[in-house]
Amino acid sequence: MTKDELIICLIARLIVGSGTVAVGSSSPVQAAAALLAEAMSNGKTRALVFRNNIDDPFPESGSELYDRIGQGRIDVFFLSGGQIDGRANLNMVGVGDYPRNRVRFPGSHGTPFIYNMVPRIILYREEHSRRVLVPRVDFISAPGVTPPGVYRRGGPSDLITGMAHFTFDRTQACFTLASVHPGHTPEEVIGNTGFDFAMPDRPPETAAPPAEWLEQLHGPVRDRVAQTYPQFAATRLGGR
Amino acid sequence: MNGSQAFKSLDDLVAMVDSGSMLAIPKDESGPAMAATRALIRRNVRDLHLLCAPVCGMHADLLIGAGCVKTVECGAVVISEIGVGPRFSEAVRNGTIELRDSTCPAIHAGLQAGEKGQPFTVLRGLIGSDLLKIRNDWRVIDNPFGSGGDPVVLLPAINPDVFIFHAAYGDRFGNVWIAGRRDLAYVAHASKRTLVTVEEIWDGNLLHDEHMAAGSLSSVYVTAIAHVPHGGWPMSLQHRYPEDFAHIKEYARLAHTADGFADYLSRFVVNECRADND
Repeated sequence: MTKDELIICLIARLIVGSGTVAVGSSSPVQAAAALLAEAMSNGKTRALVFRNNIDDPFPESGSELYDRIGQGRIDVFFLSGGQIDGRANLNMVGVGDYPRNRVRFPGSHGTPFIYNMVPRIILYREEHSRRVLVPRVDFISAPGVTPPGVYRRGGPSDLITGMAHFTFDRTQACFTLASVHPGHTPEEVIGNTGFDFAMPDRPPETAAPPAEWLEQLHGPVRDRVAQTYPQFAATRLGGR
Repeated sequence: MNGSQAFKSLDDLVAMVDSGSMLAIPKDESGPAMAATRALIRRNVRDLHLLCAPVCGMHADLLIGAGCVKTVECGAVVISEIGVGPRFSEAVRNGTIELRDSTCPAIHAGLQAGEKGQPFTVLRGLIGSDLLKIRNDWRVIDNPFGSGGDPVVLLPAINPDVFIFHAAYGDRFGNVWIAGRRDLAYVAHASKRTLVTVEEIWDGNLLHDEHMAAGSLSSVYVTAIAHVPHGGWPMSLQHRYPEDFAHIKEYARLAHTADGFADYLSRFVVNECRADND
């Protein structure tokens, strides 16, 4: 089992059964996780994967997804950030002072809206480094927590990286280390994380998925992932 | 455009984009007018307020790199599967463009307010984002229909001076087939002028064809059309051709440096080999 497969199964198991899961563009790992959750959910999860082609679930394009989110009809969404801090603030604008950032990221996309409007957000960023996981983001594209009284349906619940899984406590604005992926250690996680987080005395290793989940991933789910991400399915989802 | 009239040449079409205007351009999947983008650069248009509707790639980066743009308003400038637009990133670092960072649903909502002639619109979310600190044209008010203590964000309507995109078909009556892409429709509705390059001329009236009518934009919203086969290259045109990813990758590689970008401009823009269009 590859690390991609471990992470896909981990995310799928977090979201299985939780209604409608939408996946934005350029997100093969998240798409695979959503499709696997759908396959394992016995009809309780629906995956809407952006395809940017004629099979896109939102063919009218434009604001369809945002309208759906605005009405509260998307239950889970995946976000990320060029920088993520310990309060789950996301920076998709740049490093250094705005507007003349010394490193510019593409931009905030729909994140400032989505983060407050979708009940459950899963954060995924493969790179686990002090460059990404910073004490304080340089620009808040979207806030991890909002003051009482500000309309919010939920927010971030988990952060998954190539090294570990954290859960996020929205009342404390704090991450807790939930598990460490095989091949990594809690010390390594601490050493590569720029923010403070809580952790149990002995953080567990991220559990390997049941065989049945991997079989689904290597079979029908892999074919569905290939409809959107053929390269990813061919090179990073094994099993054949 | 009314009644039966000739198509414009590409150069005559882009001559309708004035320096200093707010130019709206579509997202990569909705039909960027790439040939027209190159023609705009050759025309040396300046000081554009570029409105990405709402995230744009290589077409935005080209205009920024060529010095046509004063202000960028966007959800993001990103070359799909590669990363931030290299010329955009460089212009940010050098402070040569004004930034109006936004977010996709705010751009959609602003344009939809614009098409209705509303002065502003309202959006939930966004509160707590630093976008509210840098966008002093956005306002937070208490929801007047709530029971107090429910802040919401007001955004001014967006009415671009000109919108330009590439589509599969246009007819001699000025109608354009947009494959049901409603983002193209509402940006066109909101814009003062809409200029379209088309892959093919539709023989007959698109609005008289039961299959084509529902996916078409009426001539009411179309200022002028130019017939430009392959006018979307190297980007994709839905239902017609995929993107030329090898070329886009080569652009991104070259555009990483000023010299490389100049080389790209010289080879593919300034000295572009053009077939005559009708």
